[in-house]
Amino acid sequence: MHHYNSGDTAWVLASAALVLFMTPGLAIFYGGMVRRKNVLAMLMQNFVTMAIVGLLWVWFAYSLAFGPDWGGLGLLGTFHFAALSNMGQLVPGMAGETVPQVAFVVFQMMFAVITAALLTGSIADRARLGAFIVFIIAWSLVVYAPLAHWVFSPEGWLAKRGVEDFAGGTVVEINSGLSGVAIAIVIGRRRGWPRELMRPHNVPLSVLGAGILWFGWFGFNAGSALSAGRAGTAFVNTNTATAAALLAWIAVEKWRTGKPTTLGAASGAVAGAVAITPACGFVNTVGATVIGLLAGALCALAVSLKYRLGVDESLDVLAVHGVGGFVGMLSVGFFGTAAARGLNGLFYGGGAALLGHQALAVIVTVAWAFGATLLIGLAIRKFMGLRVSPEAEITGLDISLHEETAYDLEALSTGGFGHHVTDASGGGISIPARRKSTPKPDGPND
Amino acid sequence: MRLVTAVIKPFRLQEVQDALHTVGVAGMTVSEAQGFGRQRGHTEVYRGAEYRVDFVPKVRVEVVCEDADAERVVEAIEGAARTGKIGDGKIWVVPVEELVRVRTGQRGASAL
Repeated sequence: MHHYNSGDTAWVLASAALVLFMTPGLAIFYGGMVRRKNVLAMLMQNFVTMAIVGLLWVWFAYSLAFGPDWGGLGLLGTFHFAALSNMGQLVPGMAGETVPQVAFVVFQMMFAVITAALLTGSIADRARLGAFIVFIIAWSLVVYAPLAHWVFSPEGWLAKRGVEDFAGGTVVEINSGLSGVAIAIVIGRRRGWPRELMRPHNVPLSVLGAGILWFGWFGFNAGSALSAGRAGTAFVNTNTATAAALLAWIAVEKWRTGKPTTLGAASGAVAGAVAITPACGFVNTVGATVIGLLAGALCALAVSLKYRLGVDESLDVLAVHGVGGFVGMLSVGFFGTAAARGLNGLFYGGGAALLGHQALAVIVTVAWAFGATLLIGLAIRKFMGLRVSPEAEITGLDISLHEETAYDLEALSTGGFGHHVTDASGGGISIPARRKSTPKPDGPND
Repeated sequence: MRLVTAVIKPFRLQEVQDALHTVGVAGMTVSEAQGFGRQRGHTEVYRGAEYRVDFVPKVRVEVVCEDADAERVVEAIEGAARTGKIGDGKIWVVPVEELVRVRTGQRGASAL
């Protein structure tokens, strides 16, 4: 019998729920940024990802990521935990944890869900749903699970080299950023990009989405302590960096274009939470503040990069999650302090060793995420095609893929011009009782 | 009868409505419109990308009145909508052949 701690277990389970909620948050963060005709398709891809990865994780992917190492190479787990068998055992290499393995399974599941969901931002407005589903399944098994094993499993080869990644600067952030660029290259630009106006259709939605992400990130980062007692540092650092990055992003906008934007504030908050993700348990308040400021400023500048590269990585997963991930991972090499946890970085007398580990992890993640995702994307494009037809893209995915309309705001369309197609005679349609009213005296418009 | 149509800046609508009321106009139709004249559009910036928005929001006001009242209606709108800055809008007047009050079937000026 293991020594489970009920406080720790409760915190990890609550954190799993917080992290689950980040994906609908991400969905509306992205949904607000796309054009009105594609918002439902964006929400749909995110929701479908929650379902697909949720199943895939318990059946296979968790075991590939956290199962006992295959051959001692640190490259992949075995199917020992497939379909959640052998859950009475500890996570290999994690001796001394006080949380039962099933709680860890569901907590880690939500990371796999949101990392895959982030890719919806790179291919917004043009992917077929079926191809997207196949892509997400292949990507979660081939790209995500091995990388999670390398970094998150104590038996992974990067973890054994001393890489410090508290909550997923590599596995989640750099991985999604570089995978996003790769799949955006494979699927191609949106029709009309960058010439045509593709401004966000609902910025308030995006701001609310960023708020939900900020909220959920406490579970993401502080939950990764796997202990209620040790979660506080990661929790407060998450808030510090997020706040600093929000301000840095809008300061850059003020300097560049003269006006701070609401979408910039929302994006800055996300960039800060991204950057502190790998660092939140390893740094102090100075580190968290500097990481936030750097991330906010650099990510705000990086959003223009895609126009130079000519790649329609539509909602800036690379600029926010990739660049934010670089900032966070490398900053651990400078600001890491044993007073918090882990090794001392360059600024705390630890020399350059930790920075070297961090740089290795960044390079490996960039190469793996980009290369492997590119190959998966090319294979799917060859065998089933990734994109909707030009006509469907112009009409918008909401109508062409889902036969739905997100907003019914115009009086004419809510009125009498639609009819129930299932009953052409009109016989089955309920008609509200006629209201009696006396004619009003002539007023305006009469 | 005449149809007076004005495309104005949205924030002048209340003043225009008040001015029309003062000259005895009993009804009007208002709709949101988008367009541009010499003022052209404006720019918006999202994540560092500058978008040129050609069509700016306007309000279209339509009033049907008797021939003799048309000039006063035009003047009322003109006075109330003018800010002196570019983008104040346009007013035009066209003849109306027939007018029907749907509720009663009245025709012509008596339907006003």
